[in-house]
Amino acid sequence: MLRRALRLGLGPGLLGRGLGTHREGSTLAWDGKVSEIKKKIQSILPGGAWSPLCDTSHLPPEHSDVVIVGGGVLGLSVAYWLKRLEKQQGAIRVLVVERDHTYSQASTVLSVGGIRQQFSLPENIQLSLFSVEFLRNINEYLAVVDDPPLDLQFNPSGYLFLASEEGATIMENNVKVQRKQGGYVGSWGQTSDVKEEGAKVCLMSPEQLQKKFPWINTEGVALASYGLENEGWFDPWCLLQGLRRKVQSMGVLFCHGEVTRFVSSSNHMETTSGEKVTLRRIHEVHVKVDRSQEYQPVECAIVVIAAGAWSGQIAELAGIGKGPPGTLQGTRLPVEPRKRYVYLWHCPQGPGLEAPLVADPSGAYFRREGLGNNYLGGYSPTEEEEPDPGNLEVDHDFFQEKVWPHLARRVPAFETLKVRRAWAGYYDYNTFDQNGVVGPHPLVVNMYFATGFSGHGLQQAPAVGRAVAEVMLEGRFQTIDLSPFLFSRFYLGEKAQEHCII
Amino acid sequence: MAAPRASLRLVAPVWNGGTSGIRGLSRAVDPEGSPRKGRTLLRFLADRFYDVEAVREYLLQKQVLKVLQKNRSFTYIKERYGPYVAGAYFILKQGGAVKFQDKEWMRPNGRGLSGELWKLREVPVEAVDASGCAINYQGLDNLLALKELQSLSLQCCPHVDDWCLSRLHQLANSLRELSLAGCPRISERGLACLHHLQNLRRLDISDLPAVSNPGLTQILVEEMLPNCEVLGADWAQGLKLGPEEQTRDTASSPIPA
Repeated sequence: MLRRALRLGLGPGLLGRGLGTHREGSTLAWDGKVSEIKKKIQSILPGGAWSPLCDTSHLPPEHSDVVIVGGGVLGLSVAYWLKRLEKQQGAIRVLVVERDHTYSQASTVLSVGGIRQQFSLPENIQLSLFSVEFLRNINEYLAVVDDPPLDLQFNPSGYLFLASEEGATIMENNVKVQRKQGGYVGSWGQTSDVKEEGAKVCLMSPEQLQKKFPWINTEGVALASYGLENEGWFDPWCLLQGLRRKVQSMGVLFCHGEVTRFVSSSNHMETTSGEKVTLRRIHEVHVKVDRSQEYQPVECAIVVIAAGAWSGQIAELAGIGKGPPGTLQGTRLPVEPRKRYVYLWHCPQGPGLEAPLVADPSGAYFRREGLGNNYLGGYSPTEEEEPDPGNLEVDHDFFQEKVWPHLARRVPAFETLKVRRAWAGYYDYNTFDQNGVVGPHPLVVNMYFATGFSGHGLQQAPAVGRAVAEVMLEGRFQTIDLSPFLFSRFYLGEKAQEHCII
Repeated sequence: MAAPRASLRLVAPVWNGGTSGIRGLSRAVDPEGSPRKGRTLLRFLADRFYDVEAVREYLLQKQVLKVLQKNRSFTYIKERYGPYVAGAYFILKQGGAVKFQDKEWMRPNGRGLSGELWKLREVPVEAVDASGCAINYQGLDNLLALKELQSLSLQCCPHVDDWCLSRLHQLANSLRELSLAGCPRISERGLACLHHLQNLRRLDISDLPAVSNPGLTQILVEEMLPNCEVLGADWAQGLKLGPEEQTRDTASSPIPA
């Protein structure tokens, strides 16, 4: 008896070896019983997961202050800045609802990953400038103790926009605006002493272009604008994972499910001029669990729509756009999915290491990928040629007929190329003016948007997340004024048109 | 959170107690098999106690702030003495060496900076040796103001990365020699932006641990900068003998008598 007690005390290895040889089954059964009893005690004690009626650990919480619909880079960015800008640590409870945890159809991870400051609207330029500063210092913003630092694989090779005769004046004006966001004054080959936080872009004539990049055919090019710094491309998956990791460490809850219903209440009010207006407030979001009929009504204070290409559907669920057309109540969120193809090809004699992301005046673009003479590129189709966004199948004939002629014309070496792979992704396309929708809805008082960026959402995500968090916490935009991107412009008809869309 | 706990030593010198100089760097690229006991104990405690976690985060922030402090811009010196003296002061403070035009190399001596630095207001700086200094993206402002800089050595600088290389285009007119040997954060993506430096005649890109394919990168950089002598990896590095060549070699090796 004493000997057996001593052996029991000498650790599990000896226990298993010592007694197992005598009695095979009973040792393991005893261990199992002990661990079961321990689990039961732990779950009953406070803090445990035991719920007397049923197990709800797979469901989202019943209450949440903010529900963010969509867990892509925009949704996670809003969650990050909310937790970062909250007045007291742990003050706001945030829930991110994402339908697909593999992100197989999300625009974020299927994107080409470019970032540029060459836009025509000052707001877009400032958004990109802040985002690039965020990416540069990403290991200070998204640092989690004891986790490895993030490597975004940023290629600072710049963007090269080519303009034909018609587009040359617009391009010059755009470059003036880009430089003015701060005021870096410089031209090709010269630098100035005045240096502020502007976009560093230089204009090149066709001769300078030919000298700099001999592999380009400058026929039809009147002017080129080349981003010297803070432009290039990076790995969007790394940014997404970095944001997820940081946001989870800050206490944001994630839910794998789909939003199926909004429960709201209406308030009939009168404006000061006597007009009748119906304000709505969302009280609950019904989240349906994946692969099941179970749903959880999440009571929330604020809802943020960051669902990318499916934001239009979510807005319809919330009742935005249900009303007589022409009124504010009848104004829909004009964001719909548009399919875009990206092709990866190999060309042994193609441009070398210095190749930037080249955007042709026709709309075709390409960039270098890796060291092995591989290139990525695509082309945005016209309105008539828009492919059906029902699935993500790739149309290879599109490359043969539409993309290759433009590429081969611009870079003669691309006449001999071989397509290796291709994929398709969605743009959360804003049919109104191809720019983002940011900020509150005028009638649904606790709903905010962060979507509709039509292909440049990834590069502006950190700055847009901060702007939306500021509007939610302070009531107005503080660092970058995004009033031209509010929802009300769809009703008022004020387009914030962007000229430099790829 | 199921993220792996091992840190990538190559790009982790900042978290490793702040590397200063080459000695610190070699500590950072230790093989994985020797974790320090102190760190695992701290990690164990940080997983379980909020206050230990807060203390660790505070210590990390302090390290980051230390590097930022070293890289602040000296606006007063710049206004009073000009950009050349300001740049030289910045480098000397970090522990590097500066060479003004027609003068000898100036190094920081133990007793502080020499008094004649302040008299060199109009003399441009010709060469800078910033090996091992904690220069980062912000601190590069001071260097980029030196418009007549001909030779720049950034060997083994732990915080110089691809973003910093993209800023070097401002020195394209004058820079003739550049050395990036041993910098742990530079990869081939940053080397791609060196094509602006058309006056470069000597480029040293040896020992870059973050470059994925040193031989191929060497060839591509040589193609990108045709007038420049590129020192770095041997182009055959990373190539393995094919199977036929291997058997031929063993077959032809002399049998010892």
